[in-house]
Amino acid sequence: MIETLGIWIAALLTLCILSFLYKDNPFYKFAEHLFVGVSAAYWAVYSYFNILLPNLIQPLFGQGQFLLIIPLVLGIMMIMRLFPKVGWMSRWPLAFIVGSYSGYHLITYLQSNAVEQVRATLVPFVQIESWKNLFTGPGVITFLNAIAIPVVIVGVITGIIYFFFSKEHKGVFGGLARIGVWFLMIAFGASFGYTVMARISLLIGRMYFLLHNWLHLI
Amino acid sequence: MKKQIPLIITFIAGMVMVLQFFIPHRPFSDLQQLFNSWFLIITVFAMILGLGNLLKVHTKRLQRKPKGWWYSIVLLAGFAIMFIAGMVWGIERGTFFDFLFWNVHLPMSSMMFALLAFFVASASYRAFRARTPEATLLLISAILVMIGRVPLGNYIWDKLPLVSDWIMSYPNMAGQRAIMIGIALGIVSTSLRIILGIERTYLSGK
Amino acid sequence: MNIIERFEKIDRRIIFLLVLFAVIIPLLFPIGFEIKVSAPVQKFYDAIEALPPGSMVLVSSEYDPSTMPEVYPMNQALARHCFAKDLKIIGMGLWPQGIPLNQASMEQAAEEYGKEYGVDYVNLGYKAGGIVVISSAAENIPKTFPLDYTGRPIGEFEIMKGVRNFDNIDFIISLSAGDPGVREWIMIAQGRYGKKVACGVTAVSAPAFYPYLNAGQLQGLIGGMKGAAEYETILETSGTASRGMDAQSIAHGLIIFFILFANFFYLLGKRRKK
Repeated sequence: MIETLGIWIAALLTLCILSFLYKDNPFYKFAEHLFVGVSAAYWAVYSYFNILLPNLIQPLFGQGQFLLIIPLVLGIMMIMRLFPKVGWMSRWPLAFIVGSYSGYHLITYLQSNAVEQVRATLVPFVQIESWKNLFTGPGVITFLNAIAIPVVIVGVITGIIYFFFSKEHKGVFGGLARIGVWFLMIAFGASFGYTVMARISLLIGRMYFLLHNWLHLI
Repeated sequence: MKKQIPLIITFIAGMVMVLQFFIPHRPFSDLQQLFNSWFLIITVFAMILGLGNLLKVHTKRLQRKPKGWWYSIVLLAGFAIMFIAGMVWGIERGTFFDFLFWNVHLPMSSMMFALLAFFVASASYRAFRARTPEATLLLISAILVMIGRVPLGNYIWDKLPLVSDWIMSYPNMAGQRAIMIGIALGIVSTSLRIILGIERTYLSGK
Repeated sequence: MNIIERFEKIDRRIIFLLVLFAVIIPLLFPIGFEIKVSAPVQKFYDAIEALPPGSMVLVSSEYDPSTMPEVYPMNQALARHCFAKDLKIIGMGLWPQGIPLNQASMEQAAEEYGKEYGVDYVNLGYKAGGIVVISSAAENIPKTFPLDYTGRPIGEFEIMKGVRNFDNIDFIISLSAGDPGVREWIMIAQGRYGKKVACGVTAVSAPAFYPYLNAGQLQGLIGGMKGAAEYETILETSGTASRGMDAQSIAHGLIIFFILFANFFYLLGKRRKK
């Protein structure tokens, strides 16, 4: 009974949102506002049970870890932003958050997203095994595999050249930057293809719910 | 004073996080752990701030009663019901809070993003034109990936999934890697500027 | 208005309707296209297969209902795979909405394989702070997560006995729909602590993670509903992802038709203007 009620509520709310496709209407607006309210409460409740309770309230008041008064005070200072007269107080906790993130990002981005990526690009230009495969079994795939590593090396280097704006994109440098743009376009095309895939998947998920769980047609 | 202290806090917090990478021993490891535990708590208050702002805006709407003000009642009622359900009966599986999550929050959240399928299809029809050689390359890459990544591609040409995989693993990967390195260098320099107090825009406003 | 202009200015609701049909009809009348497994998904599967029974797998859920059709089937299949291999799962999340979804996946698989909460799996819940949470857990899990997601002390659970930090975790999987998510796991867990990390991500973000896969920073990658369907295919289970693949194929076909059709008229129009 409860399950059926839940499915009906879910189905009707799904249809309310779907109705936006025809045009903006009160059913959509109702669902939209309900969604925002419910989401906000969800965050609040989870933040209480999963963070405030275990990481602040219990250790501070239950185990006497009084040093936690500092983040509590900083946290309250953060909320002061709601009141214009004392809004400046929120800068302290904000500074702590921004500083910590910057410290982490400075090293981690350099290591994982720059140095490691450069290291992974510095591989032998010619992969003997893949060229052997091309000569023993010529075909589209063996050809693509044979040129794969040069494609990566050229793509990464020219792509980075494109992002170097301190020098005007002219002459040989401009030509290399143009090749870089081609690689970026292929990457954006792939991203677009995957975005289409993602959005269609989400629609399939919802339609499956309506046809299977609600209408029992499949 | 209102700006100097935040700059000092940023510098100390940032430097502790940087130093502990190179000196993973006391006192930096202890300080990092301490700062981490503080960070988790302060972040929650940032969310409470957002929440407070939302409730403030909609309570004001109830007082001023502009057009469509009753939607604010829907929002506040939704918030109140979900909040009370969680705080009173808990968040375990099978509770009223859990029921609301699966049957109210979930369908709306899913469908809202599923709507994008229609708009992405419409955009494909209206805006996706081979106007320049670069745009044509983007278009070809998108089509090959789109058709090669679904089972249908296999029936059109059995090598199509492999071609699609190749595009993803090599030219796409190269482009993504170039973007990634560019962004990483940008973030590193910005982080350094923030820690050293050169970049201060985050302190602007009241 | 000539025919070219007419096609260019077609009411978008007609397009919406066609998309809706392209999704609904294959769901009602399945075609049964064969699903081929791609290399990144195979790598993901192989990495889990290589873990000895009893290994501790940390599954972090960084997704929410908005991306559920893509990531939830991965979550379900992953829980089944782990329990079938007698691996233990420690669940957590950097997004709050991912917690009940991960919990439901684990509970469902636990029922099928006779596993018990607190012994074979546990859900440590959500923490805000992304990269900082990972860094904090890497050094001290009980201090970062003193209670499970419902508020029970984690010391009560047998699975958590002897689990201090990332030294006691054998494999990490991030099911991620954005930031904070798999990127942060790679930066801290893999980059700093040398842990093995794999991921299941939405299709939107999947292309950006190929460089990590190529560099060996990721052990495997499942991208989108198609990736989930491939994972279900290797595991020989039928889930919602596999069932959606016919609709996915037809809808892709339709969108490609839109692109080609619109470009045909665009090029025709351009030639006429000349």
